[in-house]
This record gives sequence, structure tokens and C-alpha cells, in this order.
Amino acid sequence: MLRKKDLLGLKDLTKEEIEDIIIRAESMKEAFVGGEMLNSLKGKCVATLFYENSTRTKNSFETAARFLGARTMSIAASNSSIQKGESLVDTGRTLDALMTDIIVIRHSMAGAPALLAQKVKASIINGGDGMNEHPTQSLLDLLTMKEKFGAIKGLKVVMVGDIKHSRVARSNLWALGKLGAETTVVAPQTLLPSNVEELGCEVSYDLEEAVVGANVVMGLRIQLERQKVGLFPTISEYGKEFAITEEKLAACPDALIMHPGPVNRGVEITSEIRDGENSVINEQVTNGVAVRMAVMDMLING
Amino acid sequence: MSILIKGGRIIDSGEIKADVYIENGKIMRVGENLDMDATTFINASGKLVMPGLVDMHCHLREPGFEHKETIESGSRAAIYGGYTSIACMPNTNPVIDNAAIARYVAMRGKEAGYARVYPIGCITKGQKGEELAEMAKMKDAGIVAVSDDGRPVMNSGIMRNALEYAKTFNLLVIDHTEDVNISADGVVNEGLNSTIAGLRGINRAAEEIGIARDIALAESLDARVHIAHVSTAGSVELIREAKARNVKITCETCPHYFSATDEEILSYNTNAKINPPLREQSDCDAIIEGIKDGTIDAIATDHAPHSADEKGKEFDLAPFGTVGFETALSLAYTYLVDTGEIDMPTLVELMSHAPSRILGLPIVHIRPGIMADIIIFDPDANWTVKAAELHGKGKNCLYDGWTLKGKVSHTIVGGELKF
Repeated sequence: MLRKKDLLGLKDLTKEEIEDIIIRAESMKEAFVGGEMLNSLKGKCVATLFYENSTRTKNSFETAARFLGARTMSIAASNSSIQKGESLVDTGRTLDALMTDIIVIRHSMAGAPALLAQKVKASIINGGDGMNEHPTQSLLDLLTMKEKFGAIKGLKVVMVGDIKHSRVARSNLWALGKLGAETTVVAPQTLLPSNVEELGCEVSYDLEEAVVGANVVMGLRIQLERQKVGLFPTISEYGKEFAITEEKLAACPDALIMHPGPVNRGVEITSEIRDGENSVINEQVTNGVAVRMAVMDMLING
Repeated sequence: MSILIKGGRIIDSGEIKADVYIENGKIMRVGENLDMDATTFINASGKLVMPGLVDMHCHLREPGFEHKETIESGSRAAIYGGYTSIACMPNTNPVIDNAAIARYVAMRGKEAGYARVYPIGCITKGQKGEELAEMAKMKDAGIVAVSDDGRPVMNSGIMRNALEYAKTFNLLVIDHTEDVNISADGVVNEGLNSTIAGLRGINRAAEEIGIARDIALAESLDARVHIAHVSTAGSVELIREAKARNVKITCETCPHYFSATDEEILSYNTNAKINPPLREQSDCDAIIEGIKDGTIDAIATDHAPHSADEKGKEFDLAPFGTVGFETALSLAYTYLVDTGEIDMPTLVELMSHAPSRILGLPIVHIRPGIMADIIIFDPDANWTVKAAELHGKGKNCLYDGWTLKGKVSHTIVGGELKF
């Protein structure tokens, strides 16, 4: 059960709520890969409101909405009244007036979905807000892990990359912690958020050492502009220390390789690993549709 | 015009039970059972009669940002909080960096006729941190201090010149210390809660580096400096050590640095977006220690009004600041006096006498012959803050919905009952 108007993040969900979404997503996945259209959102309207560019998240939500029988609207900041200076709240109220049932928002600023949720009637799904959360990305990661290992509890998950600026890392830290996985984050200190260990994870500066016994190694995107503001000296040095390579994974040759995309090939992960047999990066995308179907279904139908 | 205040307890440097008779703007008599005819009679039984509060740090937004606050609306709100004198920061548009604007602000304050308004001038022209503003001319026009406020002088050479030049004219330099290369685009305190909320943090070192620099300058130049809104435990410690070496340094804090923590930002409440940011409980505790041992000289409001539209934006886009005039005394009473940390005479020192002394304003005592800037405070009035009912234009109040102890019931400025 998910008795909530909105899905703003995983930090405020219980273990049971997260597990229920995953279970619902498993049945949604059957329908999706089987090509079976559902009608649980028939007559409903889902709008995607994207203040940042996105390929997979936006299309994933729209695909999920249509599979549930909803009609969809797509508002991008770059070609809407947002360009004319319309505020977030006013844009949300416009969507309310268009009888929108669900607004999926992607925004570069943390808390934007929370602000919208306070001010509009539609259900808000956070499609990624600044450095805060990307709950459906984490849910699809969880679904992927559960499919491979049967359970999340007891898994050892290593996340490497720009943890500091990553909403995917935040959502996964919340969820994996609640579900009983052990997590380790690996990055230079400049790419770690302050007090991150208080969120219940281990911190390591050494990827080779951190992956000993790991079930999952997840790479996170390195934005090239972080180098320009001085958080690390060069991509080359970052890669030497922190890129996911075959050599660094010597201690966990069977670990599942995950990445939320888009991948900077050769920067945070080598192409060999990205395309290797342990990589589930493409399955993650399919599972994304399933969890988004589940979340929308549960917010509207309970 | 005369006022007789009967039955109250007078809080000044000490505490006595006495009546107060005011005539022609001055306190004429203080004593037991005064019985004279007065145009206004106030029953202060059960209440405290105190010197009017003096705020050495507020923003009145005029000229330039009248949609946030005006000198009239701000100085009127001040009255409802017990402030009889307020010193306003120069970050207006245009900024107060010359005698004409300073004179304009002072004049608008007089025209409004609520709290006494004292402008603070810029340290540098245009608040740009490059060339010194005309401090002596502005002093003649009525400024009580200079400060570049939220755009602190980053160039230490210019700050050195500012401290020495201001010393020439016995003008106070107030520094909002912040190493902007560290704070960068941060919006909240850097720590566990910034990580939880996914908001960019401001490391406490940004404030402390500025204080350490100012201490070094003040010490080596034998000049005085005043540190605005001290918010961290480390800042208190730096100032405590400097005072022990007799460095000419004074400082203020604000109620939100001892009554609220950065947990307030977890809900993305933009009224909790303040600069310097709300810190952690250990900082609040250190601020209270600093208040108790005299490291912190004064409590100011940093009253920072903004419009609802501005504060209704995304957290990153909303401007910094909370309004403070109408809650400051109640917060100080609730968190400092009612908890037994300090007594009422110390509160009067922190919120009236010390800021007056630091700014060079007349110090109000409840004694015959002194100007009658007096307030009456009801320590038993519990009230719930309702932002919409505050008297200023800006309703951006961190304390909306909080229940506080004690409330001002009367404010008298220059012998006139304003509220």
C-alpha cells in the first residue's frame, strides 16, 4: 500500500512501502514485456514537467503512463511559458487547471517537487530534484537487484563516482539502508557529501579494496564541469583512481554492474565493463518503466 | 503630553518596583506610588517596564525594494516588537554609500515617526569592495556605522584601510564575515542536514575565516571592529580569545542562532534560508554560552523582509532572511530568560544598552532626565506567532506558528505612546 498523494523521495517511505512498490513493479513488468496494455489509469492525465534534459526518465514515465491507459502531456522548460518567467507554482496550477492527475517533475533544484506538492492538487512524482532524490531510479535499481539476487537484505553494494552531487546515490542510500543492504560509497573526498557516513554507509577512497565481496558495483556519472570548479584535477587522474575497470574489479569478478546513465564511456566505466556480461545497464531501463507504472498505479489507485 | 506608568517592575541595570512619570519626552520621576495627573495612564501591574530596544542590524529596503518593506512599514513593525531605535543596513538600491542617500533615509525615518531610524553607510562605494565610501561626509549626514553587509569586503588590504580610516572618525565598522569563495553558491549550513536535503552547504569556515582576519587586522592596527550575526561555535571561540587579548572587537548574534537549527531546512521552508545559515544545536549552545560570559555583546534582529512571491520560489532561488522585529524580544525571553540562562537586566544590556553603546547612541536608563524611550513587556503573555498578522510588509517569518513567551504591550518613543 502507498497511502500518499505524492512520491517525493525514499527517505520518507517505510521499508514496507518500498517493498510493496517493488512487488507491484514485478507484476507490471510482466505486463510491459508481454506487451499487455493495462487500463488502471484510463481517463487520467500524466504530465511530465522537465526543467532539465532527460532521455530515459522522461520517455520511461511517458511509456509507463501510456501502458496504464493514461493520456500524457509533456512540458519542457525550454519551450514553454517557463521561458517567459512563469514560476514553478504557477506552472503547476496551470497543469491543475488542465485536469492533470499526476505531474512528474525533474528539476535542478532540491525541494522543487516538495514545493509543487504543497501547492497543487495533482499527485507529484519526483523525477529527480537537484542533489536530493531520484526515487524511481533507486526503485528500478532495487527491482534489478531483487531479480538477480532474490532479496536486497544482506547485499553488499558499492557506489562509486560523484556521490556529493548525486540524487541517485542519495535515494539508494536511503532505500538500501531501510532494506538491510550494506552500502559503501567510493569517491575522492571532494565528491563526497559532508557527514555521509551518518546516513549509514561505509566510506572508502580505494575502489579495489571496497569491492571485496561486493554483489553490486554501481557507477555514477561524473559531470565534466566538476573538474572545472576544482573538485578533481583531470579526468585522467579521476579515471586512474576511481573508474570501474576490470583490474579494479579483480576481487569481485561476478558483481553486477549498474549505472543510472547516461554513461561517460571511458570516464567512470570502461566500455568493456559497460558492455560486459555482468552489466545490467540496459535491463535497468526496462525495469524503469515497470517501477514507474507501479508508482503511478499506486498513487492513483492505492 | 504626559504618561504615568503605574504598578510595573522596572528592569534596567537592576530591578525595582516603581511607577514612572513621563512628560515632554523625558522621564521626570521614578518612584513608588506616584500620583500625578497624566494625559495617559498605563496600568503595568504584573508587567516589566524597560528601556526601549535598540536594533543594530536590520533591513528596511528603502530606497529601491519598497515591495519588500519601506522605512515606514519597517519602523512601524519595530514598534510592535519593542524597538525604539533601529539601525538599517545600506544594501538598498541605490546603496547608502553617500551623504545624500544617508540623509534621505534618516529623514524618511523621522517622517514616519515610529522607531528612531539610523542609517548605516557602506564601507566601499557601491558596496563593491574596491574604493572607500565617503565615511566622514556620511557621518555628518547621520550614519552610525559603516558596513558592506552581505557583500563583505573580501580584499583584506581594503578592509585594513577601512578600519584605519574609520578609526580617524571614530566610526564603527560592522563586518558580515563570509569568505565568498568558500560559501560560493551554498544555501544552508554544510553538515548532515544539507546532505539529507540535498542542498548546497556553506561551510562554517566561511564565517570564521572572516572573523579571524578581522581580529588580526583590528589587533595589529589597534582599530575596532564589530562582527555581525555570529552563528557558529568556532566564531564565539575566536572572539572570546580575541577579547581576552583586549582586541577591540564587539559582536552581535540574532535570535535565530540560539533558538533554531538547520533542521528547519529539511522541509525546504524558505523562511529558514538565512545568511549566515541556521547552524546546529551545538552552535546554539555555544552562542548561549557566549551570551552568558559576555563574549557576545548584543542581540540584533537582522530583520530581512521579502515578498511572498520571492520566498515562494524554489529554495535555491528564494532570497536569504527572516523578519525579526516582532519576535526578537519574545524569543530572547523564551530561550534565554525563561530557561534561566540570563536575567532580565542582562537582556536589557544585550538588546538596548550594549547596541546603543557600540553605535554611540544615547543609552536609556529608567531615571529622571533621560529620554523616554520605554517599553512595557508582559512576561506572562503566551502567544502564537501568525506571520500574516505581523505589522511589517514582509511576512517571511521563520517563527510562523511557534508559541512564544512574553510580549510587548506598549512602546513609548520620546515620550509618545506609539503602541
